[in-house]
Amino acid sequence: MPSFCDVSQKVQAGERLDPEDALLLLAHPDLPALGRLADLVRRRLHPDGEVTYIVDRNVNYTNVCVTLCKFCAFYRRPGDPEGYDHPAEVIYDKIRETRELGGTQILLQGGHNPDYDIERYEALFTGIKEHAPIHIHGLSPSEILHCCKVSKLPLETVLARMRAAGLDSVPGGGGEILVDRVRKLISPLKTMSDEWLDVMEACHGQGLRTTATMMFGHVETHAERIEHMRRVRELQDRSAGFTAFISWTFQAPHTQMQDTPMSGGADYLRTAAVSRLFIDNIENFQASFVTQGIDMAGVSLHYGMNDLGSVMIEENVVSSAGCECLANIDEMEKQIRAAGFTPRRRNMFYDRVDEQGELQTRHPHPAWAQRSPHGDRRPWDSAEDSAPAQASSGARS
Amino acid sequence: MNSPAAVAAPVIPSDLPAELSPIADKLAAGQRLCMDDGRILFAHPDLNAVGALANAAREARHGGRTTFIANRHLNYTNKCAYRCMFCAFRRDGDEPDTVVMQPDFVRAKLRADFPAHVREVHVVGGINPDLPFEYYPRLLATIQDERPDLHIKGFTMIELDHMAQIAEQPVEWVIEQLREAGLASCPGGGAEVLSPRVHKKLYNGKLPPERWLATTRKVHAAGLHTNATMLFGHIETTDERLDHMQAIRQLQDDTGGFLQFIPLVFHPENTPLERLGKTTGLDALRTIAVSRLMLDNVPYIKSYWVMLGIKIAQLAQWYGADDIDGTVLEEHITHDAGGTTPQGLTTSALADLIREAGREPVERDTLYTQLTPCEA
Repeated sequence: MPSFCDVSQKVQAGERLDPEDALLLLAHPDLPALGRLADLVRRRLHPDGEVTYIVDRNVNYTNVCVTLCKFCAFYRRPGDPEGYDHPAEVIYDKIRETRELGGTQILLQGGHNPDYDIERYEALFTGIKEHAPIHIHGLSPSEILHCCKVSKLPLETVLARMRAAGLDSVPGGGGEILVDRVRKLISPLKTMSDEWLDVMEACHGQGLRTTATMMFGHVETHAERIEHMRRVRELQDRSAGFTAFISWTFQAPHTQMQDTPMSGGADYLRTAAVSRLFIDNIENFQASFVTQGIDMAGVSLHYGMNDLGSVMIEENVVSSAGCECLANIDEMEKQIRAAGFTPRRRNMFYDRVDEQGELQTRHPHPAWAQRSPHGDRRPWDSAEDSAPAQASSGARS
Repeated sequence: MNSPAAVAAPVIPSDLPAELSPIADKLAAGQRLCMDDGRILFAHPDLNAVGALANAAREARHGGRTTFIANRHLNYTNKCAYRCMFCAFRRDGDEPDTVVMQPDFVRAKLRADFPAHVREVHVVGGINPDLPFEYYPRLLATIQDERPDLHIKGFTMIELDHMAQIAEQPVEWVIEQLREAGLASCPGGGAEVLSPRVHKKLYNGKLPPERWLATTRKVHAAGLHTNATMLFGHIETTDERLDHMQAIRQLQDDTGGFLQFIPLVFHPENTPLERLGKTTGLDALRTIAVSRLMLDNVPYIKSYWVMLGIKIAQLAQWYGADDIDGTVLEEHITHDAGGTTPQGLTTSALADLIREAGREPVERDTLYTQLTPCEA
């Protein structure tokens, strides 16, 4: 086994860490020492001293779901009187409010509702885009595969049609822990690890950027957390399509796993710092203020995190599990300044935007530019070149 | 007073930023930090480097252990003559939720709400002009009679000074009366920020800093231990925080009577200072770290989870704190001011939090005479 000192030297030399290095770090009790190591890497990648956040809104179009994950307090089975399926007008109202508050993106996610086939999704995306210029950061690998199943169409076709209808990027939800032993225990009916990664690779292959998530602190071992990170890192080496990695702790209340002891602040920070150190090919790491609270999100900025995620105008999923720590913009900026960084608003591509959501600085992604079929272009760029469009071309997220 | 245990030389990490090396050298040599050192520690951008220094000082004293206690609070009245700007607990007396606990009520409460494993009762209340001096020894005698095993940690310097005034007797006399009735130590509340400026602005009318220190000196002279708090994150400057720490350090040099130093995050909700907002967890961790480093003669630094939040209190065990307070079970002062922590934690939940932080949980009594490591 390596020592902390060995691993520390590797980090300082910029060498890639092995799983056993990461395992050692995860068990290393000395938090400030771990924080300093993660901070070193974070400053190397982000010498600008900025911490970003995005103003967006979660729109959960339906809570009807047939997948019945044990860690989820959000879903309702088909036929449940508490089940809902928002009509388009409800979604348009939410988008209008979002834009009025300076929001430029919606996080559009829902349950695996058997009524949603590709036509339904196309209508949803097209309707939204006709209604307002807003970035649709939508679905997740398991929702996309659910749509393939309902529509009896191959993945490539579904993705191409969704993209053509207005899907701009895909969140990394449903990643949980990318180890099938764990998935069979907590979400046996949902996508297994290979499927989740395959969908992400297919998204990247079609030029759709995505994020990657990890939900930890339930039935997984430390080695399984590292295996999750290893698989994400491996795919990122090939595709470079992940813009960010986001980890959070399982929230037990109101779920079928409510007796599971929840991870505390120390476990969260250690895992977040190790993800920054081990996944050396993803640029951005988001703090999870929704599960950790705003104070912990602030502290995590000294543990390798460089983004506070979204100032959520609405959040339903984790709140169903009793977790309500929504923060406002002032609180976020206060934490960022207290940590010694400069707060900046961004879009999904980490371009910096102003208070109205208008583009200020375009953020380059050299590795993605090389691998993506469309180069480093944005959805609002014209198909022919990757230069930014004029300011009048609508949503900047 | 107990003589402080010998403190081993701290093991300072070698890779700290150069700006901190003069401070690291002083710590290694066992030298006292000065005001300027404190300013550097508050201003340095690398929170974790400051934390690592504080952790070295903490481990030199306490190794890898974190203590906690099975305790419960008894807020005997919330009627208060003072109108401190930072308080949401006080009532004028005509509100329906005004509380004054009479001996029978206290007896019933002890039977109903104080499980057998609780070993300390934390007794504090408002400055209630309706209560005669006799109320206080009777309150303690009731507790003593009902639960002779409980350590009574009671009354801030504010309450003691108030009792001296209504009894028209010196504080020394009050302390003696209370001690005979069962008082075993005093909590550290009411120190707020020991600064004449902050006193004038926020708690004018309440015991001024000089008298808080003088009263504490008398309690120590009577052979009772006390704690010292610092309520930070409102209008005070970092220099005023450091002045506060220096005042405690100076008194401790004379008396040795302080056990714990307890930095408390100000909770603004429902107080006249609501617009200030709450300070950050980053600030809390740093202030705990600086406290550990400045207060080289106070044995214990407590991260009081009720006010810091459970997660920050847990992390604080790597930023200079060595104690996480206790089960508490019922708390009104912070919760009236918008505190969102639970009302209590079980001893096993506390032990788990400590273990997750990478520390060894040890259950203590108030005076640290009994230390029982928790079994995994």
